[in-house]
Amino acid sequence: MTSTSTTNVDTKEGASPKPRLKTSAMIASIASEGQRTKPAPFGHALAELAESRPEIVGMTADLGKYTDLHVFAKAHPDRYYQMGMAEQLLMGAAAGMAHEGFVPFATTYAVFASRRAYDFIHQTIAEENLNVKLACALPGLTSGYGPSHQAAEDLALFRAMPNMTVLDPCDALDTEQMVPAMVAHQGPVYMRLLRGHVPLVLDEYGYRFELGKAKMLRDGTDVLVISSGIMTMRALEVAKSLEADKVDVAVLHVPTIKPLDAETILREAARTGRMVVVAENHSVIGGLGEAIAGLLLRSGVAPKFRHIGLPDEFLLAGALPTLHDRYGISAEAVSASIKGWL
Amino acid sequence: MQTNPLGHNVDLAERAYRIRRNALLMGEVQGQGYIGQALDIADVLATAYFHAMSYRPEDPEWEGRDRFLLSNGHYAIALYAALIEAGIVPEEELETYGSDGSRLPMSGMAAYTPGMEMSGGSLGLGLSIGVGMCLGLKRKGSSSRVYTLFSDGELDEGSVWEAIMSAAHWKLDNLIGIIDVNNQQADGPSTQVMAFEPLVDKLEAFGWFVQRVDGNDIEAVRAAFDAARDHAEPKPRMIVCDTRMGRGVPFLEAREKNHFIRVDEHEWQMALEALEAGRTA
Repeated sequence: MTSTSTTNVDTKEGASPKPRLKTSAMIASIASEGQRTKPAPFGHALAELAESRPEIVGMTADLGKYTDLHVFAKAHPDRYYQMGMAEQLLMGAAAGMAHEGFVPFATTYAVFASRRAYDFIHQTIAEENLNVKLACALPGLTSGYGPSHQAAEDLALFRAMPNMTVLDPCDALDTEQMVPAMVAHQGPVYMRLLRGHVPLVLDEYGYRFELGKAKMLRDGTDVLVISSGIMTMRALEVAKSLEADKVDVAVLHVPTIKPLDAETILREAARTGRMVVVAENHSVIGGLGEAIAGLLLRSGVAPKFRHIGLPDEFLLAGALPTLHDRYGISAEAVSASIKGWL
Repeated sequence: MQTNPLGHNVDLAERAYRIRRNALLMGEVQGQGYIGQALDIADVLATAYFHAMSYRPEDPEWEGRDRFLLSNGHYAIALYAALIEAGIVPEEELETYGSDGSRLPMSGMAAYTPGMEMSGGSLGLGLSIGVGMCLGLKRKGSSSRVYTLFSDGELDEGSVWEAIMSAAHWKLDNLIGIIDVNNQQADGPSTQVMAFEPLVDKLEAFGWFVQRVDGNDIEAVRAAFDAARDHAEPKPRMIVCDTRMGRGVPFLEAREKNHFIRVDEHEWQMALEALEAGRTA
């Protein structure tokens, strides 16, 4: 696996320069160059909300620094619980805290929550509908670290878990607005966490997150892209770029994967003459695309339907821009796919 | 300290007898069940519910109660027997055990049963929940304790050791673990499925205050509960209870395969009579 877009050349080695990956691109940066960002929107939003909500506690499994929970920990050190690198314990202990009336935000990586601690979340948290909020970093393909850290199946797993609300934010604004909404909701919530310097795009669209609501960000007559998470950011770029080709693209952002806003999705998908493209940063199996396909079919709505998502395979390690291109979820790749389908 | 509203006019041995009897009667409803475990743990449950713990039978969610977590959910029949004896579950419900629509399902679940604090079934969950509850109780300034019963087979689960390490790290002196060492799990003797001894040494090395007692010697169990409560060091407390499957009913005690007991129809009456004989002996 070699990178083209983020290769730099180490000229100090003279005659045989070796291409190297930039570590930042390989690990986790989802912001494109020059993009506006906000630092640690989750951590700041949680720390601020906790000022007026003493029942909020923060818990992590040795990933406080990497889930932006360190911001909360610094603001409220007495409410921060380091549980060690033990995700099963983290989930059980969060359940115990919720039993005692607290609202724990438990953080780890999405892979560890979805794969390693699934039974603990299922049995100790979801089955009793406890008030535990999971904020889990590196969702979908937002790490070039390889399958150990790529959570391509998390939405499928948590969608299938009864009582669980599932959120997939697009940017910093979405992320920070989700935090109070998660607390206002009674019951467990799984949020895909964007951490670090998180892109900020939705402020330009007068956007406001509402749990359970899909939001039309822009209208268009030719194509309706229905997307969640960072793919909404890509869809908005695609919509702008396709204007030049006289293709009018609407973007419907679905930050709540479960429960799905069936009413809005059906209304928009039923408008005649538009191809419907679902775009998600998740395996094509079991995520937003299949959720919407099922919804449309059950409701007798049958537009021309296409689906962009990660393939059903173990993904490669490498630089994120390269991987996003390779697996068809970069703005350029999405744009090319849509043009090909028109 | 004892605020048990039921008082102490009935001795613990008699409570343990009644818990065993309740369990046998429930087992008879289904013709089978985890009877061996219910019989082996009855002395510990009698001590927990009629000596150690504070609770209000009419208000199972009373904030000031001590919490009892049944990690090994398949021991539900034993806990139901204790909850009935404690007056938390009405005695009439005994005959609904394991039936459709019953509040007493085969495996213990919090949503079903008053006094059931967690859903078990999947093993190795209880001690982790106990750690979180103890942290939460300390945050609230509560003096309530969390008693967590789990089985020697659950020691195979890594999560149990995560919780054991964590409880010591957080100095959870309000956590009292109880391990039922009956040396019997699904595939055979626990020590053969996965060697876990020397258990006391391991737990002490992990930073716990540990006692090991004969879990069917009710006076020894009572003393261990008292010592666990009164221990001065800021450590979590573990009571390792060596018990005998089928205790109190000699012909069940003698059965080799007793993880999940099938009892023939005519044997239930024999079991009840054997239990009764032991009571008066």
